[in-house]
Amino acid sequence: MSVFVVVEQSNSGVHRMSWEALAGGQALGRDLSLPVSVVLMGENVSALAESFQSKDVKEILKVETPLLSNYSADGFSSALAQVIETESPKYVIMGHTYMVRDFLPRVSAKLGLPFLADNIAYGVEDGSLVLSKQLFSGKLVADVSPNGDGPCIISFQSAAFQEEDVTDGSGASVRDISISLDENTIRSRPEEPFQEAAGAVDLSSAEVIVSVGRGIGKEENLPMVKDLVQAMGAELASSRPVVDAGWLESYHQVGSSGQTVAPKLYFALGISGAIQHVVGMKGSKNIIAINKDPEAPLFELADYGVVGDLLEIVPKLTETLQG
Amino acid sequence: MKICVLVKQVPGSDSPLKISDDQSWINEENVNFITNESDNYAVEEALQLKEKLGEGEVVAVSLGPERTQRTIREALSKGADRGIHIEESYPYASDPLQIARTFASVLEGEQFDLILSGLQSDDFGFGQVGVILGEMLGMSTSTLVMETELADGKMKVKRELEAGWFQWVNLDLPASISIQSGINTPRYPSLKGIMGAKKKELNKVSVDSNNEPRQSISKVYIPKKTKRTEMIVGTVDYQVERLVEVFKKDLRIL
Ligand SMILES: Cc1cc2nc3c(=O)[nH]c(=O)nc-3n(C[C@H](O)[C@H](O)[C@H](O)COP(=O)(O)OP(=O)(O)OC[C@H]3O[C@@H](n4cnc5c(N)ncnc54)[C@H](O)[C@@H]3O)c2cc1C
Ligand SMILES: Nc1ncnc2c1ncn2[C@@H]1O[C@H](COP(=O)(O)O)[C@@H](O)[C@H]1O
Repeated sequence: MSVFVVVEQSNSGVHRMSWEALAGGQALGRDLSLPVSVVLMGENVSALAESFQSKDVKEILKVETPLLSNYSADGFSSALAQVIETESPKYVIMGHTYMVRDFLPRVSAKLGLPFLADNIAYGVEDGSLVLSKQLFSGKLVADVSPNGDGPCIISFQSAAFQEEDVTDGSGASVRDISISLDENTIRSRPEEPFQEAAGAVDLSSAEVIVSVGRGIGKEENLPMVKDLVQAMGAELASSRPVVDAGWLESYHQVGSSGQTVAPKLYFALGISGAIQHVVGMKGSKNIIAINKDPEAPLFELADYGVVGDLLEIVPKLTETLQG
Repeated sequence: MKICVLVKQVPGSDSPLKISDDQSWINEENVNFITNESDNYAVEEALQLKEKLGEGEVVAVSLGPERTQRTIREALSKGADRGIHIEESYPYASDPLQIARTFASVLEGEQFDLILSGLQSDDFGFGQVGVILGEMLGMSTSTLVMETELADGKMKVKRELEAGWFQWVNLDLPASISIQSGINTPRYPSLKGIMGAKKKELNKVSVDSNNEPRQSISKVYIPKKTKRTEMIVGTVDYQVERLVEVFKKDLRIL
C-alpha cells in the first residue's frame, strides 16, 4: 500500500502542479503512514528522475517506451492503467491539469476505479480519506469519499498545496516498470503545440488592470468600462465568457487558458471568481471586486469588496475620477 | 454520420443555491434549470458538422429527472433530429463513472461515429463523463476542443492547452470529444424550430441500475471564509467616494 504521485512533464521539466501534487502526496503519506513514490512516464525519463532523487520519496518508478515520447490519451491512459494494475497503490495523485483532464478519466474507466477530481483539500476522518471539491464554480464545497476498496485516483486543483512544502529526503531507489503498448491502439496523434498570434496588449506588465466579466450583461455596456479604463490609465482585461461571446479579443482574457497577471491593482467588475479565472490574477497585489452577489467567491480573495450593480457604480466612478 | 450530443440540465447561475436540510445537495425549489453552458456549444458544433457534411443525424441525450426533457427539446428546436431521455434511477448521481456507465448501456447499440459533450458540468464539474463514455464504447477521445475538422473518415480537433497554447490532434473515428466554450456562436431556436421540435421523436428509457457509485458526496456546505475583505457598503455615492479614496490614499495609483 502506497501513495503514487504521477509526474507530468512540461517543456521546462516538471510541471509546477506536479510539485504541488507531490507536496499533497507527501502530506497524505504522513497522515496515513503510507510510503510515497513518484511515477515518471515517457521515452526517456532519466533526467527527470534526477529531479526527484533528493526528495522524500521511497521509489522513483520509470515507465519508458518510445510510444510515450509524445503525449496521447490512449498511450498514457493505457500505460498508467498497467502500472496501477501491477503495483496496486492505494492512492494515485496528480495535479488537475489540462492533460489530466484528457487522459485520467480513461484510466478510471479502464479499471473501474473512482477518480475524485479537482480537489482543494483532503481530510482524514476515522482513518478514511475525505476530499473537498468545489461545486457551482466555487460557490459551494462538497466533501466526497471513494466507495469500496482498491486504488483511488485523485487530482488536486492548482494551489491546493504549495511547491515549497515538498520535503527533501535521500536514497530514493529507482525502478523500471515494464508495460506493453501496441502502436495500433494509439488512435489520437497530437501535433506540435502552438500559440495563437499575440495581442496588442501585454497585460503582464500593467500596473492597473480593470477586468470585466459576464456581469456586464451585454456588449452595449462595454464602452462604460472602457471609459473607466481610460480614466484610471489602466489596461482592459476580461474573463472568458466576454471573449467567448466575441465582445473582446482573446488576448484580453485572464485565467488558466489566457494570461497570468500581477498588477498593483486588479479591479474586477462582474466576475464571479471561478478557479480558472483566479489562477490568472491571484498574484495581484491588490484586488477590488464589484459584484451584485454578496456571496460571489471572488470576494473571498479581494482586499476590498463592493456589493452592488456595476452598471450604476462604474459610470459614477468614471465621472468622479474625471472630476 | 451519426452524431450524439450529451446535454445536461443544471441550475442556472443566477439561481439561489440553498443547501438542503440534510446537507446532501441543494434545495431545488425556486431553482431555474438551464442547459449546461458548454453543452450549448457542443449542440451547435454537432449541428454545424451535420450541416457541413450535408447528411447525418444528431441525437440529443440527457440523463436526469422529468424536467430534463426541456433541455432535450431545446436541442431539438435548434435542429437536433431526435432525443433520448434516460430517466434517473438514483438521486443526484454524483459519480461520473456511474453516469457514464448508464449512458454506455443505453447508447451501445446506436453505433455513433461521434459523441460530443461539454467540457464540464456547471454543477459537479467532474469533466469526465464524455471521456469515460468514449473509453467504455471503445472510441478515441479528446478534450477542451476549440475547432473541429472532418476529412476522409478522420477527425482533426484543435485542443486548448494551458496559458493560450493549442495543439491539433488527429483522431480515428469513432470519437468522443468534449467541447470548450467559445468554439462557436450557439444559435437560438427559431419559432419554426420550436414548433417542429414538438413533433420530433423523444424516447424515454429507464435503466436498471446494477451500477453502484464509486464515489459519493457526504456533505455540501458554503466555503469557509478566511480572508478579511473590507466590504464597502452604503449608497452608490458613498461606495464611489470610498473607492476613489482607496485608489488615492491606500493604493496610491492615481
Ligand atoms: C478548462 C477551463 C478553462 C477555463 N479558462 C478560463 C480562463 O482562462 N479565464 C476565465 O476567466 N475563465 C475560464 N474558464 C471559465 C471559468 O470556469 C468561469 O466560467 C468564468 O471565469 C466565469 O466568468 P465570469 O465570472 O465573468 O462569469 P460568471 O461566473 O457568470 O459571473 C458573473 C458575475 O457577475 C455578477 N453580476 C451580474 N450582473 C452584475 C451587475 N449588474 N453588477 C455587478 N455584478 C454583476 C454575478 O453576480 C456573477 O458573480 C475556464 C473553464 C474551464 C473549465
Ligand atoms: N446527466 C447528464 N445528462 C447529459 N449529459 C451529461 C450528464 N452528465 C454529464 N453530461 C455530459 O458530460 C459533460 C461533462 O460532465 P461532467 O463530467 O459532469 O463534468 C457535460 O458537459 C455533458 O455534456
